[in-house]
Amino acid sequence: MKPIAVKVDDLTVAYNYKPVLWDIDLEIPEGVLMAIVGPNGAGKSTLIKSILGILKPIAGSVSIYGKSYEDQRSLVAYVPQKGSVDWDFPTTALDVVMMGTYGSLGWIKRPKQKEKKAALEALEKVGMLSFKNRQISQLSGGQQQRIFLARALVQNASIYFMDEPFQGVDATTEIAIINILKELRKANKTVIVVHHDLQTVPEYFDWVTFLNVKKIATGPVKDIFNDDNLTKTYGINYQVSIQE
Amino acid sequence: MSSAQIEIQLIASIVAIACAIPGTFLVLRKMAMISDAISHSILPGIVIGFFITQDLNSPLLIFLAAITGIITVVLVEKIQQTGLVKEDTAIGLVFPTLFSIGVILIAKNANDVHLDVDAVLLGELAFAPFDRFLISGYDMGPKSLWVIGTILIITLLLLWAFYKELKLSTFDAGLASALGFSPAILHYGLMTVSSVTTVGAFDAVGAILVVALMIAPAATAYLLTTNLKKMIALACFFGVLSALSGYWMAHWIDASIAGSITTMLGFIFFMVYLFAPSKGIIAVLYREKQQRKEVLLLTFLLHIKNHSEENERHVNHLNEHINWQKVKAQSVLDLATKNNMISIDNNIVSLTKKGEDFTSQAIDFIVTNEDSKIEHIKDDFFLFRG
Repeated sequence: MKPIAVKVDDLTVAYNYKPVLWDIDLEIPEGVLMAIVGPNGAGKSTLIKSILGILKPIAGSVSIYGKSYEDQRSLVAYVPQKGSVDWDFPTTALDVVMMGTYGSLGWIKRPKQKEKKAALEALEKVGMLSFKNRQISQLSGGQQQRIFLARALVQNASIYFMDEPFQGVDATTEIAIINILKELRKANKTVIVVHHDLQTVPEYFDWVTFLNVKKIATGPVKDIFNDDNLTKTYGINYQVSIQE
Repeated sequence: MSSAQIEIQLIASIVAIACAIPGTFLVLRKMAMISDAISHSILPGIVIGFFITQDLNSPLLIFLAAITGIITVVLVEKIQQTGLVKEDTAIGLVFPTLFSIGVILIAKNANDVHLDVDAVLLGELAFAPFDRFLISGYDMGPKSLWVIGTILIITLLLLWAFYKELKLSTFDAGLASALGFSPAILHYGLMTVSSVTTVGAFDAVGAILVVALMIAPAATAYLLTTNLKKMIALACFFGVLSALSGYWMAHWIDASIAGSITTMLGFIFFMVYLFAPSKGIIAVLYREKQQRKEVLLLTFLLHIKNHSEENERHVNHLNEHINWQKVKAQSVLDLATKNNMISIDNNIVSLTKKGEDFTSQAIDFIVTNEDSKIEHIKDDFFLFRG
């Protein structure tokens, strides 16, 4: 039995007294590549943000390998939604990737050659090394997403949380990203992805969580990715189950 | 220059630098209006501090005013969080209320002291050299120079220590929070520095100019660079440039120093807005014109590529075939010839090797939208940039 990487207990999160996540229990085993799926407003991003302590839940708790997130920060990397930042910010691709090293540096200490080297390696991994000095607004949507991925890779974490990494990227980038995610899984890392394209779930992921304010189901894709759960989650008849 | 003139310019320059640093982060955080709110609503803090200390440069007064600044920010956020009004409305509600309390306090109690509404709004930079800092009878220079100098040194130290954290939380507050750099601490830290700087600069330049010194140099620098460190440095430079040129403009036309400095801030921004190399209006218009031309060029090249029949490729008939006016057709033809994309033999146009390659690559790009394929073309043509 694999250890549990992320455990969520009775998590409830509310915006202005309206619960957006209700009594979520979730156990994510180590080494899975998991999709979180659900309709708009299902609380997918909220779930990730609450696990990472960015949002404060009104009830419940989260543990990373049995300890609180605050104690395990260095084990966790985070890729926010691309649209959550201002890409006109005056900085370069390399500089954004370097931000991934800030966590291990802590307050005040600044990045040195070692951090720069790690950032360059991460840029190479996502095929963006030749863009290292490019101002970030001069990158395409797919390239910006790769930069975000590189920034997470440079953290060298055990668990990766990604909020819609395939949003607005071209087909080549999508394949490049999924290949990197699969490599991470091979290295026994745990990867949790908010995902929108139901068609690709069986192809990309081995674990899935259905979410719509409440948790509908969680488990291996081959066992639970079926019309029944899709209908329960999306409320209408869905016919995208795995083609045998 | 007299020593008073030198002192005034020195104070104005140091105020400009002290304002430009927090101003850069306020502009990047889209919080420019918050500095306007702070600069006005610290008035009651200043007035109450002045009643207690009878000294506009006392540390207690600066402390009280800075607290009022923080209260302003908190009030704006609280009102906004109710979801009943938007941020700009919340700002518009908070600062006039606090400011008017200050105005009433002055009118009721301060008739006999050196503090009036005009001075508060516009500052009295010209009088700054009269208020000396004396240590056991020895003249150490103008008091306001010491106050703003101290504030600048503290600002520089904080910037040096927390540059990385400020940059991260400004660019991506979510990641900053996930990595353990509390965006709230950095936010209120920046707000505190902005408030303290505003109070320190207030006496010298007044509530209106403080806002201009925080926002205009940073906005000007933003048009010129894509590097945060350079942006901060340029903002400081433009601040000092406006302070000095504004001072001499006031001297020359015998007008208010604060007003002249603000005018120069606006003038310099306008000049950069027009002439900045890539973001300036003229550069943008030129680029758009070039892009239109290149779209035409590409259309033309595609036409030539698609047609092997000679009548479709005859120079004199081109305008009929792609429905262009003669002048337009001629300018596109010239552009293509200049770039060695076509050759003309007996008035029949054909693509050169370079023209063929360029056209195929351009089609590939338009069909697949893959940036990596056209990296080298980007250097030659505007069309594919941004």
